Amino acid sequence: MSHQSVAAALSDTATMIDRSVRLARRNVDTLFAAILLPLLMMALFVYVFGGAISTGTQYVNYVVPGILLLTTGYGAASTAMAVADDMNTGMIDRLRSLPIRSVAVLTGHVAASVARNATATAIVVLAALAMGFRPNAGVGDWLAAIGLLLLYVVALSWLAAGLGVIARSVESASTLSFFMLFLPYLSSAFVPPETMPAWLRPVSTHQPITPVIETVRGFLTGAPVGNNGIRALLWCCGLLLFSVVLATSLYRKRTRR
Amino acid sequence: MIVEATGIRKSYGGTEVLSGIDLGVPEGSVLALLGPNGAGKTTVVRMLSTLIRPDGGRATIAGYDVVRQAAAVRSVISLTGQYAAVDENQTGRENLVMVGRLMHLGRAGAHRRTGELLEQFGLTDAMDRRVKTYSGGMRRRLDLAMSLVGRPRVIFLDEPTTGLDPGSRSTMWEAIGELVRDGTTILLTTQYLEEADRLADRIVLLDHGRIVAAGTADALKARIGGERVELRFATEPELLKATAVLGAVHAGDVLSVPSDGTAKHLHQLLDLLRDNGLQPERVSAHRPTLDDVFLALTA
Repeated sequence: MSHQSVAAALSDTATMIDRSVRLARRNVDTLFAAILLPLLMMALFVYVFGGAISTGTQYVNYVVPGILLLTTGYGAASTAMAVADDMNTGMIDRLRSLPIRSVAVLTGHVAASVARNATATAIVVLAALAMGFRPNAGVGDWLAAIGLLLLYVVALSWLAAGLGVIARSVESASTLSFFMLFLPYLSSAFVPPETMPAWLRPVSTHQPITPVIETVRGFLTGAPVGNNGIRALLWCCGLLLFSVVLATSLYRKRTRR
Repeated sequence: MIVEATGIRKSYGGTEVLSGIDLGVPEGSVLALLGPNGAGKTTVVRMLSTLIRPDGGRATIAGYDVVRQAAAVRSVISLTGQYAAVDENQTGRENLVMVGRLMHLGRAGAHRRTGELLEQFGLTDAMDRRVKTYSGGMRRRLDLAMSLVGRPRVIFLDEPTTGLDPGSRSTMWEAIGELVRDGTTILLTTQYLEEADRLADRIVLLDHGRIVAAGTADALKARIGGERVELRFATEPELLKATAVLGAVHAGDVLSVPSDGTAKHLHQLLDLLRDNGLQPERVSAHRPTLDDVFLALTA
């Protein structure tokens, strides 16, 4: 690509990011759900179930990293719906008939998703502190945890964008993204995997979310991170690569003439 | 010919939806593709606007091939689809500025062009309201305005007034008329003969993926007999007398007279009847509909 076309592609992407962020900010229902649902889940686990779950620490300290990943799932689901909406209305035809790189529409939604998730996550962290969450982390630990969460959010948002491209309607996008909401329940988010039945334990231990949660938990509460850090990083990078390739190639396939 | 297509065809899953269409649109003129649902109108438009690839044949816009030079084609055309492609949760102004930035007009350029288009389409008062508060007619006008941001030389309008109330429809017609006066080439699709008649220099009739007839609106109307005035009388003797006076024929209890649809002609008709002591009970104008056209041309 020439300098000129790189500049044009960057400008188109910036325009689409601007659009998606504005639309996300104004979609009050979605924003509300992205923030309120994780807060309710956190309250439910901390105040209702938490007393009965033994994790060897204060339950609130155990569960917060899991809630943070759950938050991401909710946020990403609405990204799948926003992409599906563009793909199945006239908007995609309008963009494709303009002399632009129309894949910028996906980048725009992913960026909005990251912004929305970052906001929701910040609010959830503040609420967690109010509920008694007492992290034991230095600045470096916080930065590491935030970095990993960001990488995870970007990867999951691209995956959601890919699901949005496949979906034939906004409703089916919502259904497809259901598993992203479900996966955290089968991880170490809410209960230690050792308490699960033997057949489920390997699923819980070896799925991508568990090492991410364990790493974030380690950074925030001072628990040992062990080899979870490198596993989390590999999972996130792998998921990111897979999702970007999936979303863009599906997009090209669906808009191929 | 700024738009030229020869033998373009398309099949989906073994079903041929377009079987060899030839089209030519001279620069600055308006061509209407007229036909019922499923005739292949939208397929033609999507093909010429580079969204789908023809299975056979060749099409060029301003000399650029729609398959091999799609990017060049996109820089001279714009497409306004059947469903308004506007963001409900952006304001009218934001929608327009977004397209302006995508067309690389620069920030100031995008805002300047937005101002012009809001003015031209009567949306200045509503420019800072979110589109979800707009009426159907306002949405369509915004949609059309968005497709004009880059000053395209050729505009494709896919059923621009379907689903609009009569008031919004005529506003839309005025807006399209203005583009024509500015010298823009337009290819539009419609299910309404009246719309094609009102807007187009030439009409191409499409049915089941084939061209059934083509020509000016007048030529087509001449082939199907044009408009008629239908008169009903209180009694049969009156009907028979009127039939003789006007030298027309009656079908059942309706006397049908060819007309050019003007008030002047209607006056003449009624005056002539009054001079003969006749007063029709009911008068109705009958304009040929798409059904009539198809019956006349495909029979």
